[in-house]
Amino acid sequence: MSFANRRVLIVGATSAIAQDVARILAGRGCAMVLAGRRAERLEAVAADLRARTATAVHLLEGDLAAIDGHDKLFSRAIAAAGGLDAVIVAYGVLGDQKEAAADFARGREILDANFTSAASWVSLAANLFERQGSGHIVAIGSVAGDRGRKTNYFYGAAKGALDLFLQGVRHRLAPKGIPVLCVKPGFVDTPMTAHIPKTPMFASPAEIAQGIVAAMDSRKSVVYLPGKWRLVMFVLRNLPEFVFNKLNI
Amino acid sequence: MHGLADRRGHAGIRVTVESWGRYPKTAQRVISREWRDEPLAIPAGLSVLAHGMGRSYGDSCLNDGNAVISTRRLRRILEFDPAEGVLRCEAGMTLDEILDFCVPRGWFPPVTPGTRFVTVGGAAANDVHGKNHHVAGCFGNFVRAMELLRGDGSRHVLHPGQDLFRATIAGLGLTGLIDWVEFQLKPIGNRWIDVETIRMGGLDEFFALSRESEPSWEYLVAWVDTVVSPGRGLFIRGNHDTAREPSARTAGKKPALRVPFDFPSFALGRFSIGAFNELFYRKQLRRVSRQTVDYEPFFYPLDSLLEWNRLYGKAGLLQWQCLVPWAGGPEAVAALLKETHRSGQASFLTVLKTMGSKPAAGMLSFAGPGITLALDFQRGGETLKLLDRLDSIIAEVGGRLYPAKDARMSGASFREFYPKWREFEWFRDPAFSSSFWRRVTEA
Repeated sequence: MSFANRRVLIVGATSAIAQDVARILAGRGCAMVLAGRRAERLEAVAADLRARTATAVHLLEGDLAAIDGHDKLFSRAIAAAGGLDAVIVAYGVLGDQKEAAADFARGREILDANFTSAASWVSLAANLFERQGSGHIVAIGSVAGDRGRKTNYFYGAAKGALDLFLQGVRHRLAPKGIPVLCVKPGFVDTPMTAHIPKTPMFASPAEIAQGIVAAMDSRKSVVYLPGKWRLVMFVLRNLPEFVFNKLNI
Repeated sequence: MHGLADRRGHAGIRVTVESWGRYPKTAQRVISREWRDEPLAIPAGLSVLAHGMGRSYGDSCLNDGNAVISTRRLRRILEFDPAEGVLRCEAGMTLDEILDFCVPRGWFPPVTPGTRFVTVGGAAANDVHGKNHHVAGCFGNFVRAMELLRGDGSRHVLHPGQDLFRATIAGLGLTGLIDWVEFQLKPIGNRWIDVETIRMGGLDEFFALSRESEPSWEYLVAWVDTVVSPGRGLFIRGNHDTAREPSARTAGKKPALRVPFDFPSFALGRFSIGAFNELFYRKQLRRVSRQTVDYEPFFYPLDSLLEWNRLYGKAGLLQWQCLVPWAGGPEAVAALLKETHRSGQASFLTVLKTMGSKPAAGMLSFAGPGITLALDFQRGGETLKLLDRLDSIIAEVGGRLYPAKDARMSGASFREFYPKWREFEWFRDPAFSSSFWRRVTEA
């Protein structure tokens, strides 16, 4: 069954992937609540959706990383759309691994932004959807969360923890038939990776967005995007440490 | 793509960026522009240039040793008026994205070049033309407004009639960065085109067919042979279909083929092109064939073959497109074809079209009344010599070359072809430059 005509909150709606997900879902008649930190950028995304569709688009401006404020923002999202049928958590920061390794305070920012605050949004969604007996949770993890590497273990640990957290929530909500999807994109050509030279392994945000919505349609639990990363990460996860530790990746 | 010259925190990375002709090879920093509210990022000591899809053939979209600002993330619609067909969108939105949006709604770009993979900012900055030039003019004639961001941080909403507007249309991206463009679409009934393809034996027939077709056919173009029998070819004319239902506006997207590798350089040699031309010409047994086709193969026959420029191998391809005025033009076209034939250089896609008299909106616009001829060659030393000879033929009759397709005209030629370049320099943004501009104004 295809995912259409629902009320969807996107947390981090100005991320490159989220913008393309919003275009697809709005095109399918979903009412959208776009949450983000900067009003003028939310407005730019909303104007594009409004030109393309007749569906309702609500804006929710707020500091997504400030966990104390999540409750209130979430209530506002529910009020704006008159209820929610899906929550997509789509923000993240790559951070600077070198700085984080040298100064844990910087490392903690990466952990908080990518795991703690994301887990808080997922918790709020889980509680609501459990009460109402229906819903759909999507969060964007990363292939980096599949195995710790020296080049990005703060980011990777946070995304890996999010993957585990979603597993637990999925286990909890399984009796109610509520899907919980962990998206694991590989390299994506987004502002987050603007400093990295692009290789053929890079996918466009639009490609990733199509993959996310397809995974929602089929109520998947985990999806690697593009699909080839499933195999790449299977190999990487299963490399014995005496081999892995010699790799410069 | 090569080395990572900068670390995080610096504005952009230094990479090889190619234009569609894959020549010249240049290295420059690439800065991505994501949002309209961002200030213009200009690295210290470097000039910048907006870069969309890189479909200009030569170096007008490159800025060797400096920086380009990629506009590909600026692809949002700001406003659409479904009653009047007025679209305001960010400059990095492509014609491909615009077609997907507007065709199902019964609207079509007022002017489209031969590929749908150009950005709207690039269409304005090159004042592109299409098969309907004889009735519609250029893309710039349909631009109602655009926002220009200058190197000094100022923003200007430009309208037709203003000098900065005239400089920015066909301004090759040198007057600042275009953030958004508002333009008029044209209404269509459905996505189909009624086409007639007519075999023609030579240039006389081409001119007669053009004269006959101009009043009643919106889209006109001719494919001409330069290898076997110069001047013969196929004359193609089309109109938007009016008989079919509006429901015929949507169609499934066909899978596109991608050229998987650089072809060896002999693949497009004289003999293979000659054989292809012979087949292409003969495929049509009747003198006139009539059919109704989807707009995609009609306007964008090569787009279904993604990265077709790789057919030309690593050396790249050289496009050469000229405009010659009516006075002396037909004779010049005959001379150009003859010279090309004599040289033994094979042009794969040779396109000929008569142009209309609607005044272009830009100071440096290429299009104008007369005849346009486009040739393309695999790059090589002999080709460059041939093109110099072709340049002198058009210079004699007061013709000019198209900067969007040029990688090699001399500075002296450019300044002769575009005498308004000095006036244009007044409006150029000192923070902006391009490989092309330095080549034609400094040498």
